[in-house]
Amino acid sequence: MTMTLSSFFARVDKPVLAAFGCIIVLLLVGSLYSSSFLSPEYLLQQLQVASFLGLIATGMMLVVLLGQIDLSVPWVVTVGGMMSTAAAGWGPLGEALAIPFGITCGMFMGLISGFGVAYLRVPSMIFTLGMNAVAQGLMVLRTGGFAPQDHSTDTMHFLATGRSILNIPNALFVWIAVGAATIFLLGRTTFGRTVYAIGNKERAAYLSGLPTQRVIMLAFMASGGLSAFAGVLLAGYSTKAYQSMGDPYLLPAVAAVVLGGTNILGGRGSYIGTIAGVILITLLQSILSVMQIDEAGRQLIYGAVIIGMLLIYGRQKKVS
Amino acid sequence: MGDFRYWLAENKGTLLAVAVFVIMFGIYTGNHTAGFSGMVVTTAANKGVLLALVAMAQTLVVLTAGIDLSVGMVFVLANCLASQLVVGSALETTFGVVVVLLAGVICGALNGIIVIYGRLQPIVTTLATGAMFYGIALWLRPIPGGDVNSDLADALTEQLPGGIPTSLVVLLGIVLVVWIPLRRSEVGRAIYAIGSSEPAAYMSGVNIDRARLTAYIVSGLLSACGGLMLTFITYSGEASATIGGSYTLNSIAAVVIGGVSLFGGAGSAIGAIFGAFVLRTIGDLLFVFDFDPLWQPLFQGVILLGAVTLGSLRLLRIKNRLDLFG
Repeated sequence: MTMTLSSFFARVDKPVLAAFGCIIVLLLVGSLYSSSFLSPEYLLQQLQVASFLGLIATGMMLVVLLGQIDLSVPWVVTVGGMMSTAAAGWGPLGEALAIPFGITCGMFMGLISGFGVAYLRVPSMIFTLGMNAVAQGLMVLRTGGFAPQDHSTDTMHFLATGRSILNIPNALFVWIAVGAATIFLLGRTTFGRTVYAIGNKERAAYLSGLPTQRVIMLAFMASGGLSAFAGVLLAGYSTKAYQSMGDPYLLPAVAAVVLGGTNILGGRGSYIGTIAGVILITLLQSILSVMQIDEAGRQLIYGAVIIGMLLIYGRQKKVS
Repeated sequence: MGDFRYWLAENKGTLLAVAVFVIMFGIYTGNHTAGFSGMVVTTAANKGVLLALVAMAQTLVVLTAGIDLSVGMVFVLANCLASQLVVGSALETTFGVVVVLLAGVICGALNGIIVIYGRLQPIVTTLATGAMFYGIALWLRPIPGGDVNSDLADALTEQLPGGIPTSLVVLLGIVLVVWIPLRRSEVGRAIYAIGSSEPAAYMSGVNIDRARLTAYIVSGLLSACGGLMLTFITYSGEASATIGGSYTLNSIAAVVIGGVSLFGGAGSAIGAIFGAFVLRTIGDLLFVFDFDPLWQPLFQGVILLGAVTLGSLRLLRIKNRLDLFG
């Protein structure tokens, strides 16, 4: 069974191809500015930064595939960072359990969001916004309005910034592991197929005997856990957790998922696309900072480019 | 009698929001050391009117079954623009006000055009345009500051001789000039029709594009009015992502508390206004009862979750389990 090039292109979505095309264009544009843009060192560094967004986008994608959205990303990321560093302050046992503790807190937040969306039938947009506010409230209470000197553990620092094998960042390995698990989950398990089925039509999925409400709740829990995991790594990356450390991740996560060809209304999308979207967004951010554009211009260009790319290939079918 | 029943069913959410507000505000003024005085009411009104305007803006888009995550950023952009332009002589000030409102209209139109003709989802579109608007605001005002015509500002944010806060009169004026005529117009009915069922509206020959574009444009205009009022209250402009984000969040919360359906087609801007007042009064109540201010963000989040969870009481009345999955 040899796969010809044309059948390969037929299998891969057009948006995914477009996203990879945009990545190449961005790399070329970047290399015009600086020759180091195509060096392996720079690319590996970008992939390391992309890994944090990659984890968040993975959770976001699960939720978007259901036809929902998770707007609680900013503060759940912060919860992950702050709770893991808090655990690190509780002696040797806390230090050992810092990472799982941070992730568990995020999963708990996601579980509540999932319960609200799946069983209380509150639109995810509003319920996760509420959870975001609650997470913020809890963190503000914890820090007492100040930034406590919460330092990450050595393990967190190692996971986020270390390079153990072949000079490849550990964070990238984390993303690869999570990504591989997600590809398996979405393609080869009942859970994954149920996620797609719910995204297409929850009624039909329910009538087919699928546990739709449980799957929705679990997907939100996974999203919360992954956001918190990214927060844990971010805390390791900057050696401490701080308020609003998750703020810059909501728009990029949604943008990465949508630019990767996942339908925002749910039911369609591939993980390869999300990978492409994450790399695309990371490169875009990197190029804007290399070009030394100030924050105002960066925000403007960033928003415009996302709209522009979506207009090129993310449009919906005309018939409603 | 039949008419009244329909009217009641349609305005249940709005009436509930009004009732909750009246009770909460009563408790607030009853426990405030200064009592029901002009200053207390004026301060409360000024804060409430800002959110009310943004909530009205959100309402229009939500009625079309969309969502506008850029309202807070249009608000901030208008604030920054106003702190540059609404100064000087009467003529300059008037020109500034017109430009600020026009900027709001342009922002709204941009959202609408991308959503309608670009056929992108409102949530993604407005998330991205919100970043753009914030970029422009930051470009206009890299550091907080600026000035505003203080005569006009004082005239619009203090109180009339009778002790009535002027900002409330401004809000009432905007409702009378913008919301009521729109609600009664053909376009207004089309906005509700799209939210209820877009295919049905299309088949009935409703001009969908025109109605939706109007909703986004008026939404931008109202957010800009809010930004303008903010400038009159603070005398300065600040490009703050935090302010923008919190107003976007609170506008959605206000809309929900005000009985506007997030699925579109039901509710009114009047409800959203009272939803905004309720939200603001919660903050004031915490203050009056000497809560630690640190508790306030948590409390607001819990109230929001509680309010939307109350809405799921309707699930108890569902007879066919399939109706759960809309």
